[in-house]
Amino acid sequence: MVERSAELEMTVQNTSPGMDLDDMSSAELERAGVIVTRADFLYNWARGNSVWPLTFGLACCAIEMIAAATSRFDMSRFGSEVFRPTPRQADLMIVSGTVTKKMAPQVVRIYNQMPEPKWIIAMGACAISGGPFKHGYNVLKGIDRYLPVDVYLPGCPPRPEAVLQSLNYLQEKIKKQDIKTDPAFTKGRRQYPVPEFTGKDLEPPYNPEVWSPPENPNSEPVQPPKKTTA
Amino acid sequence: MSELSHEPLLKEFPDACWDEAAGAVIVPEGRARVMAEWLLMQGVDYCSNVTGVDYLEAEVKEKITNDAGEEETVTRTEPGRIDVVYHLYSMRDQTGPLVLKQRTGRENAQAESLTPVWRSCELQEREVFDLFGVDFKGHPDQRRILMWDEYEEHPMRKDYTEPFDYEWEPTPHDEILEKHKKGKVIV
Amino acid sequence: MVAPNYELIAQDGLETSLLEVSMGPHHPSTHGVFRMDVKLDGETVVDLKPVFGYLHRNHEKLAENMSYLANMPFTDRLDYFNSMTNNWAYALAAEGLVEIEVPERAEYLRVIMAELTRLVNHVSLVGFFVNDLGALGTPLMYAFREREKILDLFEEASGARMMCNYFRFGGLRCDVPAGWLDRAREVVDQFPEFLDEYEKLLCENEIILSRTQGIGTLSRELAINAGITGPMLRASGVAYDLRKVDAYGIYDRFQFRVPYGEVGDCYDRFMVRMLEMRESVQILRQALDGIPEGEIMGKAPRVFKPKPAEVYGRVEGPKGELGFYLIADGTPKPYRYRVRPPSLINLTVLRDMCLGQKIADAVVILGSIDIVLGEVDR
Repeated sequence: MVERSAELEMTVQNTSPGMDLDDMSSAELERAGVIVTRADFLYNWARGNSVWPLTFGLACCAIEMIAAATSRFDMSRFGSEVFRPTPRQADLMIVSGTVTKKMAPQVVRIYNQMPEPKWIIAMGACAISGGPFKHGYNVLKGIDRYLPVDVYLPGCPPRPEAVLQSLNYLQEKIKKQDIKTDPAFTKGRRQYPVPEFTGKDLEPPYNPEVWSPPENPNSEPVQPPKKTTA
Repeated sequence: MSELSHEPLLKEFPDACWDEAAGAVIVPEGRARVMAEWLLMQGVDYCSNVTGVDYLEAEVKEKITNDAGEEETVTRTEPGRIDVVYHLYSMRDQTGPLVLKQRTGRENAQAESLTPVWRSCELQEREVFDLFGVDFKGHPDQRRILMWDEYEEHPMRKDYTEPFDYEWEPTPHDEILEKHKKGKVIV
Repeated sequence: MVAPNYELIAQDGLETSLLEVSMGPHHPSTHGVFRMDVKLDGETVVDLKPVFGYLHRNHEKLAENMSYLANMPFTDRLDYFNSMTNNWAYALAAEGLVEIEVPERAEYLRVIMAELTRLVNHVSLVGFFVNDLGALGTPLMYAFREREKILDLFEEASGARMMCNYFRFGGLRCDVPAGWLDRAREVVDQFPEFLDEYEKLLCENEIILSRTQGIGTLSRELAINAGITGPMLRASGVAYDLRKVDAYGIYDRFQFRVPYGEVGDCYDRFMVRMLEMRESVQILRQALDGIPEGEIMGKAPRVFKPKPAEVYGRVEGPKGELGFYLIADGTPKPYRYRVRPPSLINLTVLRDMCLGQKIADAVVILGSIDIVLGEVDR
C-alpha cells in the first residue's frame, strides 16, 4: 500500500503494473522494452489524468475556479488542459456557485448531455447544501438533490488550492474504479429526469433515486428555521 | 451635493403632501405621471432607484388630546398598503435626492408607471410587479423578471411563506449538547 | 440553446425566416448565468430579450430577518468582484441612520481599499472583454496576474481573498498588519508598467479597433434617461462621478481627474476603464502618502438599533452607482433593505444598443457593459 501522510487520508491501491508476474520475469520484460499491466489500470490512468472540465460557473465560486486555471495555480498541470464550453466534449462538471430553482432544470439538462464517463464536483457551500442563502425561496438546497455528486468541496469560496486538491481527490477516486462493475460504464449514459416549474416550487422537489432526506433521530419533526437575532 | 428642494413641487401641485418623517412627497392617486413630466421639465432627469415597501395592517397607538383637554392614548388600525418609492436626482444641476412615494392598497395593488418619463424605471418596476404584485398602468412590457413565468406568488410580501423543503441537519444533541451547555465543547 | 423557432417573413418578394436563438444561461462567456433570446435575420439582430433571475438568491428577503451587522457578509456576495465597495456602500447607508464619526485613518484605509478594488475590477473586466473578443485566455492570464497581487494584499488585511467583510459601521474591522502599507506601495508602483504593457498590446490593435469602434453606440440623452451610471455613462460624454458629486468619505482631499468619452461605443468604454485605472493609481499614491496613525473604529453603539428613519446611501462602485435604501423601524433588523444594482439598470439599454448589429457584436456589447449576475439578480 502506498500511503500519503495521515492527514490527507489519500491512499492508492497497489495498482503498480506487473503485479501478477513475479519480479524476475517483469524485470526481464522491461529490459526488453515491454510493460505488462492490467486494462483497469490503463483505462483509469488515462481517464484520471486527462479530465476536461466544463465551463460551468454560476456565481462567485466561478471566479475562484477561473483563478485556479490561471497561471498562478495552473490546473492544466493536472491534466485539465482545456475547459470545454460544450457539455458534449467535457468530462467533469464543477458546479460552482448557488444553484437556484430557476437554474436547476438547466443544470440537469446539461448533465444529461454529457457523455460517459462523467463526474461532478460540488464546489462551494452553495452547491453542497444551499450555503449562506439556504433560507431562500429560490435557492435549491444542494445540487445533490437531483444529480449524483462525486466530490464535495466546502468553502465560501474555496481557495484555488482547494480546487486543485478536490481534483486530486477525484483522480484518486477514478483510479479505484472497476470497469466491470461501475454502473456508469455498464448501464450506458446516465440521464436524470428534469424538474418542472410549478406555481410555487419545482416538481419534484428532489429526485428520490439520488437523494433522500437524512433520517431524523429526534422525536419532534423538522421545524422551519427560526429567525435569527444575531 | 446640494439638496433638491421639494418646495417648488408642492407649490405646483398643492394636492401632494409632504411626509416629514420619511422625507418624501406622497403622490395622490392618478397624478404621478403629470408630476413626473413636470419634474422632468425642471431638470430632474435621473431616476436612481425604484422600490416597493410592504406594510401589513397594523395597530398604531397615538397620543392625542381629547375634547376634555387631557392626553389619552388612542388605538387605530392603519390599513395595509404598498408604497412604491422613487429616488430622483438631477444630473444637469448635480442635485438631489427627491423622494416620491405612490401609495396603493394590498389587494388589487395598482400604480402608474413612470417608465415613459424615465427609462430607468423599466426593469425596476418589473421587479416590483414580480416581487410585490403591483400592477403598473402604462408599462410597456410588464412580465416577471426574477422568478420563472409560471410562478404565482409574490415573495417579498410580508405574509409570504416559503415552500418547506428543509431537511434535518445534524445539530448537537445528547452528550455533545450537554457538554456544549457546560461550556466544554464549542459547536 | 433550445431548438430554434422559425418565423416566416416576406422580404423583397423572397420568403425568408427569422431565427430565434437563446444564448445562455450557460455560455462560454464569463458573465454568469444570463440569457438573451435573440431574433436574427441572417446575422443581424432584429430583436433581443434579456432574461434574468437565474441567480436570484433573495438577498433582500434574507436581510429582513437578520441584524444590520449580520448583513455585511452578504453584501460581499452581491458583486463578487468588488466586495470592499459593496461593504462601503452598506456601511455608508447604515452610518446615515445613526450618527457615528469615522476616524481619519479608517477613512484613508477605506479609500485605499476602494481604489484597489476598482483596479481589480477594471483589470478583470479588460481581461474578460478581450477574452470575449476571441483572444482566448492569454490577456486574461496577464490580467489575473495583477489581480492576484492585489488579492494577496486583501488577504493580509482582512483574512479572505474575495469575500472580505472588512468594513464595519464606524470604521473597519481591524488595522492592517505591519509592513502592509509598504507592500501596497510596491504593488501600486508596479501597476503603471503593466498598464503600459497592456495599452501597447491592445489599444492600437487593429482587430480590437475594428471590432469595437462604432459598435453599440449609446447616446448621451438616452444614457441619462435610462439611469446608466459608472464608466458606461462617462463613455457617453456625461461627466458624472459620485466621487466628485457626492464627495463621500474624504474624496474631496484627493486630486484626480474623471475621464469621459465622446462617442459612447464599446471602444470608448474600454478606454475609459483603462484611463480610470491610471487615475486610481494617482489616488492610491496620494492616500498612501497621507495616511495618519490613529484609531480604526469610531464610537459605535453596542447594539445597532437605529430609530425609525429612511436613508439612501450610494457610492461610486467600479460598475456604477451602488446604492442601499434602508428603512429602520426601531428594531435590530431592517424593515426594508434594498440594493440598487448598477448592472441591472445598465442592462436597460442592451436592446437599444444591439439592434441592427451582428450577433458577434452582441457578445462584445454585453462584455463592454460589465455586468455581474450576483448584482443583477441579488
